[in-house]
Amino acid sequence: MFERSKILLVATLLTFAGLSHFAGGISPYYFDILIGIGINIILAVGLNLVNGYTGQFSLGHAGFMAVGAYASSWLTLKYGYSMGSGTLNTTTVFVLALLGGGLGAALAGLIVGVPSLRLKGDYLAIVTLGVNEISKGVLQKAEPLGAQRGLGGMEQHTNFFWTFAFAAITIYVVLNLVGSTYGRGFLAVRDDEIAAEAMGINTTKYKVLAFVLAAFFAGIAGGLYAHFKQFIHPEGFNFLRSVDIVVMVILGGMGNTAGVVVAATLLTILPEFLRAVSRYEWLPEWLRHVAENRMILYSLLLIVLMLTRPQGLFGNFTGKRNSKLQ
Amino acid sequence: MNAPLLKLDNVTVQFGGLKAVGDLSFTIGEGELIGLIGPNGAGKTTVFNLITGVYEPTAGAITFANKSVVGHRPYKITARGIARTFQNIRLFPSLSVFDNVRTACNMHLRHGISHALARGPKFSAEEREIEATVMELLEIFSLTAERDAACKSLPYGDQRRLEIVRALATRPKLLLLDEPAAGMNPTEKAELMKLIRFTQEKFGCAVLLVEHDMKVVMGICQRINVLDYGRKIAEGTPTEIRNDPKVIAAYLGKEEE
Repeated sequence: MFERSKILLVATLLTFAGLSHFAGGISPYYFDILIGIGINIILAVGLNLVNGYTGQFSLGHAGFMAVGAYASSWLTLKYGYSMGSGTLNTTTVFVLALLGGGLGAALAGLIVGVPSLRLKGDYLAIVTLGVNEISKGVLQKAEPLGAQRGLGGMEQHTNFFWTFAFAAITIYVVLNLVGSTYGRGFLAVRDDEIAAEAMGINTTKYKVLAFVLAAFFAGIAGGLYAHFKQFIHPEGFNFLRSVDIVVMVILGGMGNTAGVVVAATLLTILPEFLRAVSRYEWLPEWLRHVAENRMILYSLLLIVLMLTRPQGLFGNFTGKRNSKLQ
Repeated sequence: MNAPLLKLDNVTVQFGGLKAVGDLSFTIGEGELIGLIGPNGAGKTTVFNLITGVYEPTAGAITFANKSVVGHRPYKITARGIARTFQNIRLFPSLSVFDNVRTACNMHLRHGISHALARGPKFSAEEREIEATVMELLEIFSLTAERDAACKSLPYGDQRRLEIVRALATRPKLLLLDEPAAGMNPTEKAELMKLIRFTQEKFGCAVLLVEHDMKVVMGICQRINVLDYGRKIAEGTPTEIRNDPKVIAAYLGKEEE
């Protein structure tokens, strides 16, 4: 009944609820970064289930984030105000809308995943990238959702508690799933699909399941993002956003949740840090320009990482660790 | 005699213009230990891939326990009770010895994803049950000490043994072993022979053995099928096979007239 990971989850949620009261004291700038960290943790830990544990290469995670962001915003805009004064309070509407956005994204993940997961490696990456661009393209034309003007007017419901509560739930789900005998199927698919099938594992089911779960969490992250920024635009969910998330997974170590959490945190802070660096006037001109363009540093970071630690900063694929993860 | 466990009936598979297996028929009864031999490229591994659903036969029927397995996905065929090992070892490289075997218990899980997430008492009980099963299997094959080792770090012979353990964890009625003695030294081969016979008796499963090493095949198989160029050229007891002129011709070539 009182399994360790469950107690840990409840304790974490209570801590966040407590901490949430002090979050108001943080300056808006740092608060923005803090929420960004939480959202990126949800995105990266979810994607790690697909790219890390199941060994498929999805490169369109921002597309599912977009589905969640737009779906939940549409829900709160439509039902949020009318019900706010009625039976349901606004927080309940917000959480239901988040879950709705997550389910919408999961459905999109199912529709995309079933046909495209027949592909492997680069081919799957290209298809998911295409889906990302298509969803962006559709949103740019969708008049009821603001099209090119973007969608705004949502209330700011996303706070410290909800962001990090969902981050904790994502981590709980991924770790508990992967650690169970049921979840060993994901790793088996990654390691050797033919052997996995021969051991009675339905590889298609596991691939689609990983994809749908990751899409669900991306949808939640999208909803949190939309109700924090209070304005969303199709360009905010483009290919570069997907790459950001993939970089977090690779940097943290494919299939290492703790590493991915750290990487998501570092890579959320890094652009802000670089922005500060680029203003130091005593630095040489060229260095300040490099600092301004984080993509240059990202690519350098990845090249150095691939050469020196291909398993990721924290990656560690030894059997010993895995078997202790029960 | 009862209906055979596995029955291949005029099975043919064609890859483009190449007939890899032609009109092959043979049967395996419950608990039998059958050998499948033939020169390189005779189609032995293809037969394995046909039985386990990796390939689909162009013609002919394959029935297991009176039901056809043709057209089913490999994981479904495994669930029906056919497990295999691979010619070139295919363990899950990133998993420990314990987890490799645990993964094979996956298909017998009674509780699914919701239990893995809720982590209730039923889940814990089942995980403990699986752990006990795995440890029992590792114990039987004396791999207990290696439980937490990375499977890639095991000596070659142990890796082959682990593959057999993993296949047994699916609780098969028929075990297909693809060249289990490949790359083993004579001592390891002798061990392996004992192990296969032991497996057959202890787990009561039938075994189909593909092997190049004649000493191993002749030493343990009850009956042997010989393939050459995808066709069966002989069937019989080890003694019959050893003296069959067609088999000798296939392996050593014909004498000049």
